[in-house]
Amino acid sequence: MASVSVREMSLSFGQVEVLKKLNLDIGQGEFLVLLGPSGCGKSTLLNCIAGLLDVSAGQIFISGKNVTWEEPKDRGIGMVFQSYALYPQMSVEGNLSFGLKNAGLPRDEIARRVQRASDILQIGPLLKRKPSALSGGQRQRVAIGRALVRDVDVFLFDEPLSNLDAKLRSELRVEIKRLHQRLNNTMIYVTHDQIEAMTLADRIAVMYGGEIQQLDTPQAIYNKPVNRFVAGFIGSPGMNFMDGSVANGSATVFRTGDIAVPLDRYRFDDAIKSNGEAVLGVRPEHIVYGSAASGQPFSQEVEVEVVEPMGSDTLVWGKLCSQNLSFRVEAEKSLKVGDRILIGFDPGRASLFDNASGRRL
Amino acid sequence: MANVSGTLKSGTVAEQAGAAKPPIRLFRNMAAKLALTPMMATVIFVFIGCTLWTMFYSLTTSRVLPAADPLGKDFAGLSQYVRLFGDNRWQISVNNLIVYGLLTLVFVFVIGFLLAVFMDQKIRFENTFRTIFLYPFALSFVITGLVWQWMLNPAFGLQKSVRDLGWESFSFDWIANRRMVVYTLVIAGVWQMTGLVMALMLAGLRGVDDEIWKASRVDGIPKWRTYIQIVIPMMRPVFVTALVIVAAGIVRTYDLVVAMTGGGPGLSSQFPTIYIYEYMFVSNLSQGLAASTMLLITVAIIVVPWAYYEFGRRRTQ
Amino acid sequence: MSATAVDPARFREPSGPKPHRRFAPATIMVYSVLLVAAVYYLLPLYVMVVTSLKGLDEVRLGNIFAPPLEITFEPWVKAWTSACTGLYCEGLKVGFFNSVFITIPSVIVSIAVGSVSGYGLANWRFKGSDTFFTILLVGSFIPYQVMIYPLVILTTKLGIYSTLYAVIVVHTIFGMPILTLLFRNYFASLPVELFKAARVDGAGFWGIFFRIMMPMSLPIFSVAIILQVTGIWNDFLFGLVFAGLRNYPMTVQLNNIVNSIQGVREYNVNMAATLLTGLVPLVIYFVSGRLFVRGIAAGAVKG
Repeated sequence: MASVSVREMSLSFGQVEVLKKLNLDIGQGEFLVLLGPSGCGKSTLLNCIAGLLDVSAGQIFISGKNVTWEEPKDRGIGMVFQSYALYPQMSVEGNLSFGLKNAGLPRDEIARRVQRASDILQIGPLLKRKPSALSGGQRQRVAIGRALVRDVDVFLFDEPLSNLDAKLRSELRVEIKRLHQRLNNTMIYVTHDQIEAMTLADRIAVMYGGEIQQLDTPQAIYNKPVNRFVAGFIGSPGMNFMDGSVANGSATVFRTGDIAVPLDRYRFDDAIKSNGEAVLGVRPEHIVYGSAASGQPFSQEVEVEVVEPMGSDTLVWGKLCSQNLSFRVEAEKSLKVGDRILIGFDPGRASLFDNASGRRL
Repeated sequence: MANVSGTLKSGTVAEQAGAAKPPIRLFRNMAAKLALTPMMATVIFVFIGCTLWTMFYSLTTSRVLPAADPLGKDFAGLSQYVRLFGDNRWQISVNNLIVYGLLTLVFVFVIGFLLAVFMDQKIRFENTFRTIFLYPFALSFVITGLVWQWMLNPAFGLQKSVRDLGWESFSFDWIANRRMVVYTLVIAGVWQMTGLVMALMLAGLRGVDDEIWKASRVDGIPKWRTYIQIVIPMMRPVFVTALVIVAAGIVRTYDLVVAMTGGGPGLSSQFPTIYIYEYMFVSNLSQGLAASTMLLITVAIIVVPWAYYEFGRRRTQ
Repeated sequence: MSATAVDPARFREPSGPKPHRRFAPATIMVYSVLLVAAVYYLLPLYVMVVTSLKGLDEVRLGNIFAPPLEITFEPWVKAWTSACTGLYCEGLKVGFFNSVFITIPSVIVSIAVGSVSGYGLANWRFKGSDTFFTILLVGSFIPYQVMIYPLVILTTKLGIYSTLYAVIVVHTIFGMPILTLLFRNYFASLPVELFKAARVDGAGFWGIFFRIMMPMSLPIFSVAIILQVTGIWNDFLFGLVFAGLRNYPMTVQLNNIVNSIQGVREYNVNMAATLLTGLVPLVIYFVSGRLFVRGIAAGAVKG
């Protein structure tokens, strides 16, 4: 039985359809990330699951119960917000216990839950302070604590780390992962940061334009993105894209300019191999250089145009048939602008997309 | 260009050396300082100067014109204040101000806040309602006073209408009643000022982060409770600001009373501002000045602690 | 991913948007309270309009809340041309033009001084400028009566007492706190890089003000104009004290018309006169609603 289920759910604001016939099943204890750019509908979807927004069509199930018409408090969820949304005039302890007091829980039960949450999140010494006296990271922990004390099965996170600086973000990211390992609750997490998605998720739902583009494990999305959008969104530095066409002759090749990339090792999705315009996508980290390149099914010499040292390694830019190409080299390898270097890759690891629809071929 | 006198002005040496003259502190930003002279003059001559003048001459025996010899034979010490406190008319004025002030303040805030909360409920026609509630603020107090005088007129107004409808014994002649006339002023004053408070409160309510509402909804807190225990404490600055503005306006009440009741019937709706005006320009100048000073002190008691709180806080932030 | 079964039993379960009772008790309460309040607020306006359109007999015999049986504009004409304000019976039109002659220059001068002062305080602070500003703000709470008599003396000494000039000066003085606050906050919120770039280009105090600041300040000038026109047009005290008998603004004349105990009380004329006096600020209000609200809020927002 799925922990959270979304069936044929649509949401429209007036004439604008914001979420289009979504279907989603999330397993018990799964960490699912809703990933996508601004405006793709991921926060909206989360708010619908939470019950903060009314759906226009479809149903929502949580722990087997149809909660489509239920108030958020009756859905068995806890939620953590981007701006923490702590009640400013109450102490940390007050924030944690307010909802429970309102529900009429006995005092010792409230104390027990607050104690448990503050132990797990290590916010014990902060209990008497007000939110304004806390740092960003501490506030976010209190916000998580507020969801924890509700003793629920499902946790919803709405871009919780977006307001923090980079260093804090990576620290808290690890803590959230540890929390999930310890509690094993179902967690639905919204973010636009693909690194957060890749590191935290059991599965990622990549969203765009109100639809789920791909729902899969991080590795699968990374290796076999289902369309051009997903391919470009995941992975940093971004995938290289080259326009060209697929020709079916004695062998299937990808032609661009005056080069031909053999596609015999490429696993096409459809039985039909496209005969038209296509885009070849190769990740910079899948391109090798020098002697390793000569052993690859495809290799070509390129001229170095820009060198971007990034500390751990160096990103090098060149041109392949007048289209930009980037690849990674070790930081120790010193390349100058104008050097010529042999690069190569295995088309089996590449991705091919139809030019018109963006769909993976 | 040698300086023959013994004293050297700062910068002259550099001038002789041919370098640019460093500006004398006073002349820096000259254009700005000149441009701000009206403001500075106002502060010095009007706000400080006139106030001090009033306070000083309240210690004299000026009658129709300021005393000729204020420090000499016309000096009266605090005797004008003594007369003031013993004057029945002043007592009535102060009483009226207190009653009017407290009632108006309470009603304006309660009604204003409730209206703001209701307007915040995503209702339709919000703009229409807001226009309706706020238009009295665009009117002069004179107009407000006159129209409410007309409406509460026992012979022609509310009382007559209700009686015409059948309730023969209905009576609402407060405006002609010495004890009750203050309350009619409250009705009119509240009518004029509530819209403003409502607009301020609504702006404050809208400033509450949407996610706080979401959090309280997920927590299962009912709406009314969220307003009382979470939103109102968050709106403290707005409340304080509105309070100061309304209170400052109440102390200034003049036009409304002149237009609505003229201070009557008799003297029963006298207000300090009217008292001051009549004494100042008619019979006993220094007593009027003493009354003004008393008014000033009252205002200071309200404003100074608030200003200290508000500006002191900002300096520490 | 499970396929969605088209199961008839499912359709009796909750699906789609929550059913909303169109007239939930809470909604009814909200709208009724708002409607009652709206009546309280609209009633005086209604009474004013209705009374001003009735003949005098109808006013005396009829019900104050009843609409006119016969609509007549005669009270309006009378109020405008022949109502008696004290000694003269020339109607409100005298007052109207007086108000115009008071308001327009006062608005211009007060906004000119206020905007320049606000600009100076925001961008050209010097030692003591903030102190002056603080005293200005605190001083705006001082009741006018405290300063009126010495001001009368001052204006008499300057030879302008009982003339339009005195009123203009007084309005400028007492408009300064809020206008300076308004403009100072606005100019302080503009990007400071603009100002710095202009200085690097060699522009001075006035140059920057006229060529850079003013073109960017249309919104705040609109708010200031609305605030001042309304405030000055509605003023009673300063017009009474400083303008002189011949220059009384409409508000003072209105009060004289209604409250002077001379002969027959013509309530319909009084109401027409009241409406005429309130017409200008009301029109401004209805036309510029949003800006008006912002103007008031601006007065309340500090820093």
